[in-house]
Amino acid sequence: MTAPIIEVLNLTKHYGAVQALRGVSFEVQEGEVFGLLGPNGAGKTSTVEILEGLRPADGGIVSVCGLDPQSTGLAFKQEIGAVLQSTALPDKLKVGEAVAMFASFYKRKRDPAALLKRFGLEEKRNAFYSQLSGGQKQRLALAMSLVNEPRVLFLDEPTAGLDPQVRREIYTIIEELKHERKTILLTTHYIEEAEKLCDRVAIVDQGRVIAQGTPRELKQRSAGTTRIELRLARPESDAALKKLDGVADCHASDGVYVVHSTRVPQTIVSLVKYLEAQGNELSSLDIAAPSLEDVFLELTGRRLRD
Amino acid sequence: MRNAWTLTKVRMRLALRNRAFIFFSLVFPLIFLFLFLGLFARSNVAAVPYMLASVLAITVMGSFWGLSIQLVTFREQGILRRFRVAPVGAGAMLASSILSNYILTLPTVTIEFALARRIFHMNQWGNLGGVFLLVSLGIVTFAALGLIIASVTNSTQETQVINQILWSAFLFLSGATLPLPMLPVWIQRFALFLPATYLVTGLERVMVAQVGIMQIGAEVLALAVSAALAFFLSQQLFRWEPEAKVNPRAKLLAAATIVPFLLLGLWETTHGNLRSAARTDFLTIERPAAPNTNR
Repeated sequence: MTAPIIEVLNLTKHYGAVQALRGVSFEVQEGEVFGLLGPNGAGKTSTVEILEGLRPADGGIVSVCGLDPQSTGLAFKQEIGAVLQSTALPDKLKVGEAVAMFASFYKRKRDPAALLKRFGLEEKRNAFYSQLSGGQKQRLALAMSLVNEPRVLFLDEPTAGLDPQVRREIYTIIEELKHERKTILLTTHYIEEAEKLCDRVAIVDQGRVIAQGTPRELKQRSAGTTRIELRLARPESDAALKKLDGVADCHASDGVYVVHSTRVPQTIVSLVKYLEAQGNELSSLDIAAPSLEDVFLELTGRRLRD
Repeated sequence: MRNAWTLTKVRMRLALRNRAFIFFSLVFPLIFLFLFLGLFARSNVAAVPYMLASVLAITVMGSFWGLSIQLVTFREQGILRRFRVAPVGAGAMLASSILSNYILTLPTVTIEFALARRIFHMNQWGNLGGVFLLVSLGIVTFAALGLIIASVTNSTQETQVINQILWSAFLFLSGATLPLPMLPVWIQRFALFLPATYLVTGLERVMVAQVGIMQIGAEVLALAVSAALAFFLSQQLFRWEPEAKVNPRAKLLAAATIVPFLLLGLWETTHGNLRSAARTDFLTIERPAAPNTNR
């Protein structure tokens, strides 16, 4: 196996009294799509911004393309591409001008016209940045991030705030990049995004990596159990539901009870009997295969969107 | 250097698409031109170069206003951080600010000269080499000053307040609007510590008395040293990130820009002849108001 293209070891970072990163470690191989999955404030953006050279770390070792993002400055930036989370371009900058300008900054560059065509922005070449929709702005950000044929591409929450249709468009683009064996480090708090796009995922919570592996490996943590989501007419205690037949675990969040069962039919029968005895009723019941959400829930006791 | 030039071209395009920039860089100075020359030099051709010197100074000083606001807005909107993740240094970003401003201000200066000649029948051009030197140094100095302001302020509102204070001082205490000899003596003395005063009086001397460059050496030196210092400091203090707050030490460091003017002001107060030269230039206007000559 070749040396990892990204190496992160015991990364720490604090902002005033807040400890944002508490020893984050992971490696990314060349050609891999690696995801950092976690709720807002978990430390994903801090990690990525340190890897992009935008912030110094307080401690730990970081290497991207064999370079230290902090000490190698402009040479390092020749090697990476990035879609940042909170960024913009000047309102009166035209789409074509933006791509051509960024292309001019790099030694290795792609044809701006070809990039615009690939990202469906050919007709918007002369449109001002302010005239673009959210999806078009994100496609432009992706086009600009690829202008230097980067060895590593950082995508920080690339679909946050976009509507589902635009999000799917962006997924298609990232899947194409994945097929081209582009090395991508992606941060997200969307389960679907991590499961669909990433070869491997690190689940991040409160500044720590609490689990990592392929989405399949991670979901096998919940193997042997099936997730049942319930809504009830009246609240019940978690402890009572945990005593039902076949129940391995139960958490309640926002009025939804997530029950992990090893024997689904028995659990449902005993649930119905129990609710009847309590004079309570089922409002809804969904049975689903385990997802990364369940892994997160098992590990932290919280849902990703909490 | 190549990046600085690319950014300069892009920023010039952005400026020309910005109505506020067009108004403040072209329309606003021309309003001053017609106001000053129309009111004070319409039937007095001898006063045209003197008034034009004031208009040129106002045009040049305007550099700091737009630049500081633009840079702070870029930072607040996260535009600068997009450049930061590319191989673009702070020096290229700042140099492009000054260069684009310089290139865009020169046509306004040319138009002002042309209108003074054509409409107000200006019959002498002054020392054009000296005008060019002072205008060039002035734009760079005041643009670099704008970059310093952008470096030490955290929001557009804060930048606007500081700009307003400085702009008022430059406009009304330097001789740019009210001739220096007409101002109370204590203001004349205070004016010796303002960069704007050296620009205004320097321009008056090359326009009216048509002195050579050597005779405006002090003005040129003060502007050049300040431009270099302000550019160096703005590079040191430059912040790409909206949340990166400026520390109080940086504000003190930024204040170092006034050092050349402080020294020059002290020297002018004790040994200099700037106030008497300003009075001489003022008296070349045929029908002057009585200058305030009390010491």
